[in-house]
Amino acid sequence: MSARHDADLTDALLLPERFGAWFAGRGWAPRAHQLDLLRLAQDGRSALLVAPTGAGKTLAGFLPSLVELAGKPARKASDSPTKPVGRAPPPRQRGLHTLYISPLKALAVDVARNLYRPTEEMGLAIRIETRTGDTPASKRQRQRADPPDILLTTPEQLALLLASADAPYLFGSLKRVVLDELHALVTSKRGDLLALGLARLFTLAPDLVTVGLSATVKDPDDLARFLTPQRPGAARAAVVMAAAGARPDVTILETAERLPWAGHSARHAAGEIYEAIKAHRTTLVFVNTRSQAELLFQLLWTINEEDLPIALHHGSLDVAQRRKVEDAMAAGKLKAVVCTSSLDLGIDWGDVDLVLNIGAPKGSSRLMQRIGRANHRLDEPSRAVLVPANRFEVMECRAALEAIDLGAQDTEPLRTGALDVLCQHVLGMACAGPLDEAALYAEVTAAAPYAALDAATFQDVIAFVATGGYALKSYERFAKIRKDKKGLWRVAHPSVAQRYRMNVGTIVESPMLKVRMVRSARSATRGPSGPLMRGGRVLGEVEEYFIEGLVSGDTFLFAGEVLRYEALVENEVYVSRSTAREPKVPAYAGGKFPLSTFLAEGVRRMLSDPAEWRKLPSQVAEWLELQRTVSVIPGRDQLLVETFPCGDRFHLVAYPFEGRLAHQTLGMLLTRRLERRGLNPMGFVANDYSLSVWCLTDLGAAIRSVDLSIAALFDEDMLGDDLEAWLDESQLMKRTFRTCAVIAGLIERRHPGKEKTGRQVTISTDLIYDVLRRHEPGHLLLRAARADAATGLLDIGRLGQMLSRIRGRIVHSDLKRVSPLAVPVMLEIGREPVYGEAGEALLAEAEASLLAEAGMAEQT
Amino acid sequence: MTARPGQISETTIALLGRGFVADPSGALWCPASRLVVVSDLHLEKGSSLAARRMLLPPYDTARTLAMLAAVIARYRPRTVISLGDSFHDRAGPCRMAEADVVTLRALQAGREWVWVAGNHDPSLDGALPGLCCDEVTEGGIRFAHEPTPTPQGGEIAGHLHPCVKVTGRGGSVRRKAFVSCETRIVMPAFGAFTGGLDIRSPAIRSLFPDRMAVFALGQQRAYQVAA
Repeated sequence: MSARHDADLTDALLLPERFGAWFAGRGWAPRAHQLDLLRLAQDGRSALLVAPTGAGKTLAGFLPSLVELAGKPARKASDSPTKPVGRAPPPRQRGLHTLYISPLKALAVDVARNLYRPTEEMGLAIRIETRTGDTPASKRQRQRADPPDILLTTPEQLALLLASADAPYLFGSLKRVVLDELHALVTSKRGDLLALGLARLFTLAPDLVTVGLSATVKDPDDLARFLTPQRPGAARAAVVMAAAGARPDVTILETAERLPWAGHSARHAAGEIYEAIKAHRTTLVFVNTRSQAELLFQLLWTINEEDLPIALHHGSLDVAQRRKVEDAMAAGKLKAVVCTSSLDLGIDWGDVDLVLNIGAPKGSSRLMQRIGRANHRLDEPSRAVLVPANRFEVMECRAALEAIDLGAQDTEPLRTGALDVLCQHVLGMACAGPLDEAALYAEVTAAAPYAALDAATFQDVIAFVATGGYALKSYERFAKIRKDKKGLWRVAHPSVAQRYRMNVGTIVESPMLKVRMVRSARSATRGPSGPLMRGGRVLGEVEEYFIEGLVSGDTFLFAGEVLRYEALVENEVYVSRSTAREPKVPAYAGGKFPLSTFLAEGVRRMLSDPAEWRKLPSQVAEWLELQRTVSVIPGRDQLLVETFPCGDRFHLVAYPFEGRLAHQTLGMLLTRRLERRGLNPMGFVANDYSLSVWCLTDLGAAIRSVDLSIAALFDEDMLGDDLEAWLDESQLMKRTFRTCAVIAGLIERRHPGKEKTGRQVTISTDLIYDVLRRHEPGHLLLRAARADAATGLLDIGRLGQMLSRIRGRIVHSDLKRVSPLAVPVMLEIGREPVYGEAGEALLAEAEASLLAEAGMAEQT
Repeated sequence: MTARPGQISETTIALLGRGFVADPSGALWCPASRLVVVSDLHLEKGSSLAARRMLLPPYDTARTLAMLAAVIARYRPRTVISLGDSFHDRAGPCRMAEADVVTLRALQAGREWVWVAGNHDPSLDGALPGLCCDEVTEGGIRFAHEPTPTPQGGEIAGHLHPCVKVTGRGGSVRRKAFVSCETRIVMPAFGAFTGGLDIRSPAIRSLFPDRMAVFALGQQRAYQVAA
């Protein structure tokens, strides 16, 4: 008997006849990794499946569940082993078997749709349901009492289900958990929340088997740790690598237009983008931010002479509108969708034959996942075109293309669990029932992101949840949880649980306001509550800080239209339709993802090697040639620093290529140093590639006269005291603190019955931060915020690596005017908020200009 | 009404011919009558919200009193007027920590102290040393918590927590602010946990039908900025 025959026999045993016939009926054969997962499931082993898009990943994840459920007779209600007593829920059929968690609501809905087909075609009596924030309350209640066989949901919904008293009933029967798009989930605090939820599931159902589905990552073994309890001697999850798909066909758009210096809108290429859409069946147009999506969508419609069905999809749009777009897409009614990461993940759009990625790719793994959206079939190559929006992005796209050729991945290692998320989870577990501190500590540290959590910190978390965890114990009587006589923590009041449920989750957007369309009240005499202002539909939500900057009559882009801002009425932004073609107020359009180290290295290498420039469009090559003539092209491991006057200021521009976050941190630290040297820095601005600091004093002259040593200016020691001192004062830190305060439950996003007066109850977290920092600098929430700031927002690790890399390798170019390479960052000036001491200078300047206007110029 | 920055690094707001120094802390100092005015201290706001299980840091009272102590040490006033909403709620004084009570009494010692009633603390009678009243008038200027639509003579009030957003070449900052015209000054909120209302909002705008002068609080002094 040949080995091949052996394998066939085993396969036949793995896959029941009904399933084999179904595969054959569709002209398919089960793929090796699908059978591998079946085999591992039979052995009760958890597994991580790493597969490219289109490899039948989702089916592979569910196949073991379907096979198991197909062989299980549905239990009659009367057979229920546990007879309900009193107010217990009605008997269930056979209990929840498989839980599927996805990072996106839309994905859960889509996967459900895709599962109905095989179950119906095979005639399997399996109940599959979704549960998301949009599921009606009645259905949610029914699901608790009578759960389906397979439930598809999100990490937040899982947290909510686990925080209820009936969690043991609901999850006691659970056999399998499928975690979709795991690579995307684990990079954020949502991943931490999921890890903690998973740890609780292992407690409720000890024999639970997990399956993680992931796109290609750099270190699969590291990711697999997420899937099993991290205890000594515990079994590890197996890693199954699916065969790679066809090589994608990716090109960079060779624009005939003039390439912009700065900006991220790709406005110049709108016509070429439109032509590409026209030439394909269905196109997904990916952009990096919501405002880019808005802008491009509007641009496309202004030139959409053939009225092609082009839609818009981003997370701030109203749910109903998003759903409409998704349905139209699935039905093949759309020619193109302009979307953000809201459609990044594995929704199966069978007919997409082109992916356009507008702007910078930012990371090779991210780009490869996006490209995988086209042609969701493994054996056909995906077709994608990268559309750089400015000259630096051309180099970044080029570097990304080379990364794709090499199959190089740049995903991050598994993160350390955040303390604010743990605070939220602990309260949730107290809401589920009396909580034993030691048992919960053991459970939590079994979750991979929290494996290194020490007992003392865990106690701080408990203290925070109970009374705020302050050294000054004055809130005992207001405690959220209290120890009972048996030493178990219990929720002190039912309202605590209610408020927990309203505030669950880790996605803290900037405060959002509903945008409502009204008829314009342009007459100045009519108040904002006049009758004409009422009614109108809700278009979606917009960040509060954005609206704060507007005055009535300003126009801005939202939901694909130019809108006129009318008024802020309670928690709603009233807008009317505008006839303006161009919005007056542009939204900030920078990328929210930092440039990956890997691509940055690629860009640096390309820049340093003129031979490489031939591969670049002539406009970019000419730009770099000009730079070589008038200034310097930095070597691969060098840092170029240019100084030049511009207007009445003196600028210092550095090119570290380490991403906007690291550059912002560097800008702040440089400003402090220059301040101390009396060089009067006035401000700075950063983009992904470089940063510019401006001063009132001639920096070039200071360096020439050896007053200022450039090596000392960029010395690594700036990461010491300077960083600490600045960090505590910084706006970034305050923003980070706000997120932590909301997630940890110090500040509530929603109060029961308080929606109307919510704005009076809320208190600025900046004020809380200032007071807490002064009086209790070691408080848990400050620790959480500092950890977040160091790893995420400030990219301090990356900055440190850069500073040590460039030691002794700084090239100073002292110029008479702005260099070609500096133009992009110089164009960003004025778009960023001011941090730290620059605020004081700004106020003084504003006063001076006011006085000058009034003919009262300061007499000094 | 003029602002004179630069000279002594102080910003002065004039009202009915009297000069008031706009302190960067948000206090007003009238050297002529050795008077310090502060508004909207909102003491015990933290514990007030904690009673609703919003467990904010219990240090706001200590912080506000420390800032007030600095102002008093700087000017050594004969009189302090706290212009209403001195406490976040009526029961505030009873919730004060012992150490904060001691601090407050020390600040009050040796000077006249006036608690003007606010909407958050309509009656503090007897809870603390000092004179409690609905408003006081001195030298033709009415000191009250809530501004009146058309003041007779001059008026200094609080209640509205004015804030201003200043946009410059490098970006923008948002600061608490004094707002004034010939007949009135609306003071910024002094308390550590007090937020702000934009000066463009109708509640503030409507008090200044003709013109308003805005003084944004900086770190070293208050700066006059465009309305």
